[in-house]
Amino acid sequence: MLKVNNISKSFGGRTVIEDISGEFDKGKTNLIIGSSGTGKSVLLKCIVGLITPDEGNVYYDLRNFTDADKEMKAEIRREIGMLFQGGALFDSKNVEQNVMFPLEILAKMSPDEKLDRVNFCLKRVGLENVNKKMPSEISGGMKKRVGIARAIVNNPNYLFCDEPNSGLDPQTSIVIDDLIGEITHEFDITTIVVTHDMNSVMGIGEKIMFLFKGRKLWEGSSADITHSNVTELDDFVFSNKVMQGLRKRT
Amino acid sequence: MKGFGQYILFLGSTVVRMESFKTNYRLVLEECVQIGLKSVALVALVSSFMGAVTTVQTAYNMVSPLIPRYVISQVVREMTILELAPTIIAVIFAGKVGSSMAGGLGTMRITEQIDALEVMGINSASYLVFPKIIASLLMYPMLVVVAGASSLIAGYLVGNITGIITPTDYIYGIRFYFDDYSITFAMIKSFVFAFLISSISSFKGYYTQGGALEVGIATTAAVTTSVIAVLSADYLLAQLLYVR
Ligand SMILES: Nc1ncnc2c1ncn2[C@@H]1O[C@H](COP(=O)(O)OP(=O)(O)O)[C@@H](O)[C@H]1O
Ligand SMILES: [Mg+2]
Repeated sequence: MLKVNNISKSFGGRTVIEDISGEFDKGKTNLIIGSSGTGKSVLLKCIVGLITPDEGNVYYDLRNFTDADKEMKAEIRREIGMLFQGGALFDSKNVEQNVMFPLEILAKMSPDEKLDRVNFCLKRVGLENVNKKMPSEISGGMKKRVGIARAIVNNPNYLFCDEPNSGLDPQTSIVIDDLIGEITHEFDITTIVVTHDMNSVMGIGEKIMFLFKGRKLWEGSSADITHSNVTELDDFVFSNKVMQGLRKRT
Repeated sequence: MKGFGQYILFLGSTVVRMESFKTNYRLVLEECVQIGLKSVALVALVSSFMGAVTTVQTAYNMVSPLIPRYVISQVVREMTILELAPTIIAVIFAGKVGSSMAGGLGTMRITEQIDALEVMGINSASYLVFPKIIASLLMYPMLVVVAGASSLIAGYLVGNITGIITPTDYIYGIRFYFDDYSITFAMIKSFVFAFLISSISSFKGYYTQGGALEVGIATTAAVTTSVIAVLSADYLLAQLLYVR
């Protein structure tokens, strides 16, 4: 379980996220949703420590990450996997080297064990026989898969995904979403997915936090999202044509 | 001034929370290949032309029969070792290596590869930039030696082929009143220039924000800023080191 307490962050006097608290459950895909520019990525970056929040704390299973000392931070980092928007694969390394990279840095394994683990993860995300390909030679969907493989290679307890569907066609989006959901359940990971895609929300959202202009306006499950009585959330949810149809029918 | 302060802090951040010696050793070797070996051919080509042109130009400008021919190669030597090799190579180095450092780091920044490193707990500034600076410090003097040698050899060949100066005179001129302080001076310059170009270019690339357009802007800024820094340093070093 991961908890954030009263997180605020401003850039140059402009408040981007304000006083956000919430819990993200283990073994579930937790979603942070909201339209573009509402501060979803900033909140996620505060959680993983890429941005230091101005106020508030992040707890990884009761361990305070924000105030942690060097050793504790390093320990928590070893338990984190992250999938970035474009995959963020290292251009100069091939698929295998990309997936192996966290092991080289963080794990104490023999070269054979590392390679076995890398191949296991690549197979788990549905990629085989692409080990020697460079990132520039594979498609966007494959990059995301490699990104997922790299994120889970170190057996993380926490998985973070920033807009896993951006730049993908609808079909591939669903495949990637499902993969994230399956992996979360299979390895009992605390997963947080940032998205503005209603398909993902309905597809894999188990616990959902809705942000609007840097504030948390609603929290709940995908079953409750269509009758929240929060105007901003309704505007967001029903901006999608499919969802509009759904509203008419119910 | 704010930029300069940020640059100093950036330099500081490349030497804290460093990776192991083994990792850095491997990264430096990789960078040496990228920075050094892949520039040798270009540097040799450009310097050969510089040597050849200087030889022809000097001969052309020496109209008085009273001046001995070996002065030609003496002039070529002084020009090459003091200015052409360290300084002109700096401009080439900035254009080729500096721009690729800035472009590479800028791309890594906007595609979140730098964030990916940071999430894994790696100090990205140190991991990415420190090896580039060290490799530049190692490779740049080598390139300057290559440049000097190519220039002098090209001068020799052109002088010989065109009949401007005989090989004997050329060699004599090269050795005439040779002060090896100029080699020391060239090497000092090399280290300073290598440091300036690699660190400024990395700095410009590392702090890129935005998209592909900004990467292009950062790349241009890396080249212009480091060339200006090199030329200013060239002047300052001449003032400092030549007044003996
Ligand atoms: N490093 C930064 N410096 C200044 N402003 C930032 C920075 N990162 C994000 N912002 C601003 O914060 C706001 C929220 O951004 P972001 O979290 O990326 O939105 P999104 O919800 O689309 O992920 C945006 O207006 C963005 O311009
Ligand atoms: Mg975002």
